[in-house]
Amino acid sequence: MLEFRKEYFADERDENLNEIGKPTQRQDMVGHVTGTTTYFDDHKLAGLLHLKVLRSPHHHARIRGIDTGAAERAPGVRRVIRGADVPRNLNTLLSLLNFGKDDEPTLAVDKVRYKGEPVVAVVAHSEREAFEALAQIRVDYEPLPAVFDVEEALKAGAPVVNETYPKNSFEYHGRYDHQKLRFGDVERAFAEADHGLEERYQMSPIEHAPTETNGCVAAPETNGRYVVYTCAQGLFFSLDTCAKILDVPSNKLHFVGGTVGGGFGGKVDSLTEPLAILGAMLTGRPVRYVLGREEEMQFGSPRGAERIYVKDAVMRDGRITARKVTSYFDSGAYTRLSSYAVIKCAAHIPGPYTIPNVHADVYCVYTNRVPATAMRGFGVTAVDFAIECQMDKLAHLVGIDPMEFRILNAYRDGDMKAHRREAKNTALIECVQVAAEKAKWPIREEFRRMSSRAGGGGARAAVPHTPGTPAGGARPPAPQRTTYDRPPQPAQAPIFEPQKPSPSPPSPRQPTPAPATTQHGAARFSSVFGTRRR
Amino acid sequence: MSKTPVQFRHNGVDVAVFVDGGANLLTAIREGVGDTAPKFGCGQGTCGVCTVLIDGEPHLSCITLAEAVAGRSVETADGLKNGPDLHPLQRAFMEHFAAQCGFCTPGMLMAAKALLDKNPAPSRAEVVEAIGGNICRCTGYEPIINAVLAAASAGPGRQRA
Amino acid sequence: MPIAVKTCSSLGEAAAALSTDRGARFLAGGTLVMRAVNEGDLAVSTIVRATDSAFSEIRSAGARIAIGAGATMAQILAHRELDFLHPVARLIGGPAVRSAATVGGNLFAPSPYGDFAAALLALDATVSLQGGYGAREAPLEECLASRERSGGLVASVSLNRPASPGAFRFRKVSRVRPKGISVLSIAAHLPLSGGRATGARVAYGAMAPTPIRAKAVERALEGRTLDTAGIASALAVAAEGTNPATDAIASAWYRREVLAVHLRRLLLNEPER
Repeated sequence: MLEFRKEYFADERDENLNEIGKPTQRQDMVGHVTGTTTYFDDHKLAGLLHLKVLRSPHHHARIRGIDTGAAERAPGVRRVIRGADVPRNLNTLLSLLNFGKDDEPTLAVDKVRYKGEPVVAVVAHSEREAFEALAQIRVDYEPLPAVFDVEEALKAGAPVVNETYPKNSFEYHGRYDHQKLRFGDVERAFAEADHGLEERYQMSPIEHAPTETNGCVAAPETNGRYVVYTCAQGLFFSLDTCAKILDVPSNKLHFVGGTVGGGFGGKVDSLTEPLAILGAMLTGRPVRYVLGREEEMQFGSPRGAERIYVKDAVMRDGRITARKVTSYFDSGAYTRLSSYAVIKCAAHIPGPYTIPNVHADVYCVYTNRVPATAMRGFGVTAVDFAIECQMDKLAHLVGIDPMEFRILNAYRDGDMKAHRREAKNTALIECVQVAAEKAKWPIREEFRRMSSRAGGGGARAAVPHTPGTPAGGARPPAPQRTTYDRPPQPAQAPIFEPQKPSPSPPSPRQPTPAPATTQHGAARFSSVFGTRRR
Repeated sequence: MSKTPVQFRHNGVDVAVFVDGGANLLTAIREGVGDTAPKFGCGQGTCGVCTVLIDGEPHLSCITLAEAVAGRSVETADGLKNGPDLHPLQRAFMEHFAAQCGFCTPGMLMAAKALLDKNPAPSRAEVVEAIGGNICRCTGYEPIINAVLAAASAGPGRQRA
Repeated sequence: MPIAVKTCSSLGEAAAALSTDRGARFLAGGTLVMRAVNEGDLAVSTIVRATDSAFSEIRSAGARIAIGAGATMAQILAHRELDFLHPVARLIGGPAVRSAATVGGNLFAPSPYGDFAAALLALDATVSLQGGYGAREAPLEECLASRERSGGLVASVSLNRPASPGAFRFRKVSRVRPKGISVLSIAAHLPLSGGRATGARVAYGAMAPTPIRAKAVERALEGRTLDTAGIASALAVAAEGTNPATDAIASAWYRREVLAVHLRRLLLNEPER
């Protein structure tokens, strides 16, 4: 059950909360228990047609020719849709934010790049007739060598998966093949460390497996508009994506949704909407396109696989002095959202710990697998798994209790993070303390007394000398403080023994200057993505 | 295309629908009768969101041939409440937060009803067994199990007509 | 073409309908045929069903029991004389699958399904096959081996009650409980004579394209006591003759690796974990 540990940060919180801590009934619950909640497939439309898709049986193949003649003449068929029928048959989801190049067709034209990729769509009176028509389509494929391993894909001579990115890696800022994080000098720290530990972690793709499969129903409305009943998790994201692909103003589309039979990230890709709307446009009838369960498992995008190498330097007293991470995201054949997952991953390294030397390279890699997408914390979940496995192994290596080892290395208010942002409102120490207590895991009294608000800052607030960056490790402008931030605590004695002479002596902690300019949220977002043009 | 007539009892009311050859009961209920409480989740009999009761026994309507229920009695989650009054299972599901996205709920309720109709005071293990064929991807099952146990102690068996 | 449904009042009529139409599939519980129809399998153009009540009857005469192929797992569970098969039937699907899934259908369930068939194999069941022109009996093992091409319709399955209540043992290994698909299953009929196994029959599910007998294990158990020393040679040959698949549930390697562990637990009658 929910429990509030009010003794923590009690002075920071208003005790007169009206909603938090009190049960509130969901507004959709009566509909759920009476079976009257309306999902996209619960709308009854007269004259409904069914759309089914012919998918690639190959992981990678050139398309020499497609013969749809027999399918067009098959009983019950109202329309066969090919790549040439799609107004803008190349898109990338984050193009709505001007991030990345269009790299994915709605229907494959020259090549198929993963098994299950849509090639031709058939709109027919019944699902059975659509299946029968699909069986009559002839596609002449020339199979090509495929690549399924992220590191193999980056080697010279690997098959080019997606010609938009001929190096098989996403391109950041128009020229970089990965995201880089540099803070301090890891090589020097490795040389000076008591112990080193390097491990390899591999995560598999994970299917969201929502009980409601992806799908939608699109139908012509009056005034040239199209209504779309959909399971889309990002309703307006999907609307704008469809408007772009179909080359219509977004006010021509009327999306109805918000009721999703399980999403978990797997319903943000607009897998079915563009073709269903196009089918409605080409036939003038309502068109239903719903994935079967096998399609959902094969073609519905999963959480991407990740391969992560972590190399740490640790001292006998338990201090982690360096962390070096090399990570590869398996984006599958197209980008979808993996380019963004990589940014999240890079922004999360080295985890919630204060480590004076950090080095990370994170790649978004194309392979001939089903394109990956969002899923519950994607970009962070896997690297956290790797880091926390690593923390246990490090604790074992130096003979320190794993809970105390985490408290020892936890970030504290006022510490400098590897991204050159001050750590604020930290709470890892308190989390570990409560977790230890709940698990009846004994930790020593001094660790029970430690606080995220004490012991940070000071020498720990310094940006170390970082080889390859502008000299002096220039301090970034202090980020803006908000009313939600804890006030800075006066610098206290560092919790560790004073460090050995560091390459550049830490500058004394300066009082936080008032922000010179207000940073607009959009500008901060663009600083993450880097290529915002509008 | 030729259609086949099928007559059956749906939540206590006699209905007749026309179905395509090979159509499943789920399609007959959703498109023929117009009751969209049972859902399509897999078409393979593996997820349980289409669970209905046929002559009181739990069945997966997606793998039941529509014609096979001719003359039989079919119950769905749409028929659970009595006028404006919710069934004890429905009330317990609400009170115990036993639904998030709600997609598995109609099937889960019918699996639970099949249990409580036969066994008004089940053990926790019996509840787990009864909903073992119903997949929920949101709740982690605990709230659902608690709701069924709560409904049992509230006495749906005794409140049945 | 829409699917045609043929409803037959007798099994002979159904068998005749099946033998004359290559696209005809016999519908029992629906877990295999309706699944294929729902997925758009064009190989199914006709569904044949039988309304003959004998098709789902369970009849016992002395030690011999005949189970109609249309009997469901729920019927097995409701039948007191089949108590030795209750632990098997209870592990097939969830309650809704058990009220549809039939004994006959389980003989045709592709690996890793078909746990009930493995149990019947260990119990030396025979199958009554209905053709268009008459019926014949065949050992289950023969029926399973030719199930992809056999023309007949399974009418019933016959078997003897186990030699003693404890002589029949069954284990289903799955990652999810209560309703999980088999990593593998093991069924064994282990009659004892003077504390030693005699005429043991051991069958595996999910260890080959169809349920199979573990004949090397059976031979190695002959005349042995069911203790750690007595079963050692049987465990050493546990994987002999197996040909498991790599699928979403487990790899072939994993299935072979863990087989002897579970066989040991079954033979020593260790409690389920």
